[in-house]
Amino acid sequence: MALPTLAVHKFASCDGCQLSLLDLEDELLAVAGVVQIANFMEASREVLPPPYDVTLIEGSVTTAHDAERIKQIREETGVLITIGACATAGGIQALRNWKDVDDFTRYVYAHPAYIDTLQMSTPISDHVAVDFELRGCPVSKYQLLEVLVAFLQGRRPNIPTYSVCVECKLKGNPCVMVAQGTPCLGPVTQAGCNALCPTYDRGCFGCFGPMESPNTGSLADRWKEMGASERDLVDAFRSFNAWSDAFREESDRQQASIEIGGVR
Amino acid sequence: MTNAREISVEYLARVEGEGSMRVEVVDDHIEHVEFSIFEPPRFFEAFLRGRPHTDAPDITARICGICPIAYQMSSVHAMEDAFGVTVGGPLRELRRLIYCGEWIESHALHIYLLHAPDFLGYQSGIHMAADHRDVVERGLRLKKAGNAIVGLLGGREIHPINVKVGGFYRTPTKAELETLVPELEWAKEAAIETIRFVSGFTFPEADMDFEFVSLSHPDEYPFNEGRIISNRGLDISVAEFNETFVEEHVERSNALHSRIRERGAYHVGPLARYSLNFDKLTPLAQNLAREAGLERVCMNPFKSIVVRSVETLYAVEEALRIIDEYEPPAAPAVPYTVKEGEGHGATEAPRGLLYHRYRVHDDGRIADAQIVPPTAQNQLTIESDLRYVLERHLDLPDEELAWVLEQSIRNYDPCISCATHFLDLTVDRG
Ligand code: SF4
Ligand code: SF4
Repeated sequence: MALPTLAVHKFASCDGCQLSLLDLEDELLAVAGVVQIANFMEASREVLPPPYDVTLIEGSVTTAHDAERIKQIREETGVLITIGACATAGGIQALRNWKDVDDFTRYVYAHPAYIDTLQMSTPISDHVAVDFELRGCPVSKYQLLEVLVAFLQGRRPNIPTYSVCVECKLKGNPCVMVAQGTPCLGPVTQAGCNALCPTYDRGCFGCFGPMESPNTGSLADRWKEMGASERDLVDAFRSFNAWSDAFREESDRQQASIEIGGVR
Repeated sequence: MTNAREISVEYLARVEGEGSMRVEVVDDHIEHVEFSIFEPPRFFEAFLRGRPHTDAPDITARICGICPIAYQMSSVHAMEDAFGVTVGGPLRELRRLIYCGEWIESHALHIYLLHAPDFLGYQSGIHMAADHRDVVERGLRLKKAGNAIVGLLGGREIHPINVKVGGFYRTPTKAELETLVPELEWAKEAAIETIRFVSGFTFPEADMDFEFVSLSHPDEYPFNEGRIISNRGLDISVAEFNETFVEEHVERSNALHSRIRERGAYHVGPLARYSLNFDKLTPLAQNLAREAGLERVCMNPFKSIVVRSVETLYAVEEALRIIDEYEPPAAPAVPYTVKEGEGHGATEAPRGLLYHRYRVHDDGRIADAQIVPPTAQNQLTIESDLRYVLERHLDLPDEELAWVLEQSIRNYDPCISCATHFLDLTVDRG
């Protein structure tokens, strides 16, 4: 019986999310027994011809060439799953999306055709239809395994969309905001890491991206009561998931109020 | 009649990131050799500007998922240099320990899954497992033992969350660290078996004339501290890096090439570290190296797999020593006062010297950043190796020639994701 085929492709990224597959030390050989690894350059020289049943995408789109390449990949695969903050939200390299706006006039008139692709780092879903997005910078390898197995079995993956706060409560962690006065993005960040940072006496910095319908505004107010400035909030929301809708909008709101404040 | 051959590999496999190789040979004359990096740049240095200095370890870690500790260590040491703080005692030891974990994890990955398949003629470690399952399982378990150190100390294996300027957010208890010991005892034996296993491979002949560059420390095999030395008399402090090395933007590559001013190409990584610091290895690691047929200086890049195995054994032994002697520190981090200044940090990433420099404003925000990763430094050397190997294997058919050339690139365990973090936002829009 032919095994389902798996492809793994890289766009602008650090390789960390695809490394999560090889970090499944106990499960890797078992996975390789139930899927045919058909195109995974980091692991194998062998490339089998498309189409593939399942394709994992790491990384964001940052060049005109990559914007074309992802379309081709979409055509060659059944299921397309994006893994990690780069692929699902543009990644840390999306910080240039603002920087370029500042430098806009330097480039815009010379070669406007390049603006969109070369200047922006965008998630895969801005370019093609995506069947499932797995969050995290990096993804949790156990969540990755769950997603793979679920698609192979033809069911929806069981990936919670609640917040890191819920994980802290389930773990019995004392709240770092209440107990230590440490600013934390846990209330608006999607679970998946098992509340890692608060477990290490650190506030969450949002590497799993926004949870479903996060209340970023009220968390921002809470941070300000704890002494954070608007600039601190802009930095906090603009990190690994800066270009996700919820974090981008909140950071822009904070940035706007800095600018209004500056005029006054 | 002229006989022209072009061998090109458009997407190199079993390396971290997107790179390609192309050689042209006309009538047995080498016309062109090129190792290029086409991975898109991610402009880290540009967007670090203006960020809080405390972001540096978390953000620069994202340059590379395979060696995040290296980025975290070089960045925190550079920041501490800027602020004039020294982190000593158990915190310094814990930093060595987490680095041991990364070396073990990264070396085991490269030895077993990326490089050994070249010597045994398999497309991948997974193909290799079909015939040598116990060998691949040993490699995966060894990798996991390294990852367990990073996971415990750092919170997770990829992009750990526990490293900060001044130390850690939370330090482990002695009992927590001791949970690692049984598996590390196993790993010590496994590392010895690894050395014996890889030293039995057949190595293409190569006797290069490298200028090796690495850190050197009077008392220890280098991780986080030391002077930058070479086998041609270089001996400088980390702060003098830019006076000695230059980075150049070469058109066909999205990474900067480094060279030593006036002299040219140099070599960083396990071979350089080993050859410049042999006497700092443990007696056991030295003995195993001799038993494996290595001299004190190794100029055959194909034998880097043996050297990586020796370093893996060293890292396991060093981890066991640190855990054995560990007494928890009074506080998880050293306090410091932010001030305006410039700082330099260089540490030994699994793939070689990783240099960071930051200028910091008086409010603690980053004014300017420079990052020079090992693979960028090795690019010129990789190309000259390609030329050397090509000259000696011209009689091979194309397919086999391509493979040995690929293998000679993989000798460096090149990390292309690292090499393309890129200096600045200067895209050629011409
Ligand atoms: S999401 Fe984070 S870990 Fe994953 S590839 Fe991007 S930078 Fe690396
Ligand atoms: S607590 Fe937040 S920042 Fe830390 S690992 Fe989890 S999601 Fe990422």
